[in-house]
Amino acid sequence: MKFTDVILQTSAKILVFIILTFSIYVLFAGHNNPGGGFIGGLITASALVLLYIAFDVKTVHEILPIDFKIVGAVGLMIALLTGIGSLVVDEPFLSQTFWYEDLPLFGKTELTTALVFDLGVYLAVVGTTMTIILSIGEDE
Amino acid sequence: MSSLSGTVIIEVLVASMVLLGTVLSLLSALGFIRLPDIYTRSHAATKSITLGILFILLGTFIYFLFTHRVVSIRLLLGIVFVFLTAPVAGHLIARSAYRSGVKMWDKSAKDELRSDLKKLNQLEQYHSGEQSYNRESSYP
Repeated sequence: MKFTDVILQTSAKILVFIILTFSIYVLFAGHNNPGGGFIGGLITASALVLLYIAFDVKTVHEILPIDFKIVGAVGLMIALLTGIGSLVVDEPFLSQTFWYEDLPLFGKTELTTALVFDLGVYLAVVGTTMTIILSIGEDE
Repeated sequence: MSSLSGTVIIEVLVASMVLLGTVLSLLSALGFIRLPDIYTRSHAATKSITLGILFILLGTFIYFLFTHRVVSIRLLLGIVFVFLTAPVAGHLIARSAYRSGVKMWDKSAKDELRSDLKKLNQLEQYHSGEQSYNRESSYP
């Protein structure tokens, strides 16, 4: 029996955008406020899980043709490369630095290399969580 | 001798809003204990608690706005989010309870959904012939 609930699907379409926006906010707020890559990745994964609950796996795969195992691997690779990047400029492994830059929309912004590492953590968490949930949830 | 300054008004407003929200949540919990079956309980659990949380969050928002001069977008987003999700969650719980055959209260007067579902089943059987899945047995 196919499960279709118009109320759930319509509200999920709106809610997913709110949750994804909040996860991006949490990811970028992580340096000076509560938040960071781990919790941002979990919130993104929960938004995707809401999509998978409201629609079925096949429909979501058509909209988002993403292999989450690759997402997790790319995240780990980014985190590793930020660590190796500090070796290139003759600093210890995983050293970090920051500088200020005038961005067009945000004005004077503090840019850190820790954000790139956080992005790697974010992608790794999304990939791992979605891989676990999808492999449990699939039939057969 | 004006004793009623602006901060006092704000504080009284915030205190009464938070108190009202708490009382509404308490009423909701009482309704959850006192009411007889799952449908009336979900009525109590979704409506008054949503309003209670709305009052508490709005009181917090006003407090931080006037004492700390902080416009917390997260609180506004939380209000919108709770307003969107709580009724949908109540709807889904009540719907899945009905579909899995949870009985209504003995003194319930009328079950209008049952006749509609019967009509739907007949329509489906008419269209799909013998292969139709017999869902009738699972209804109360």
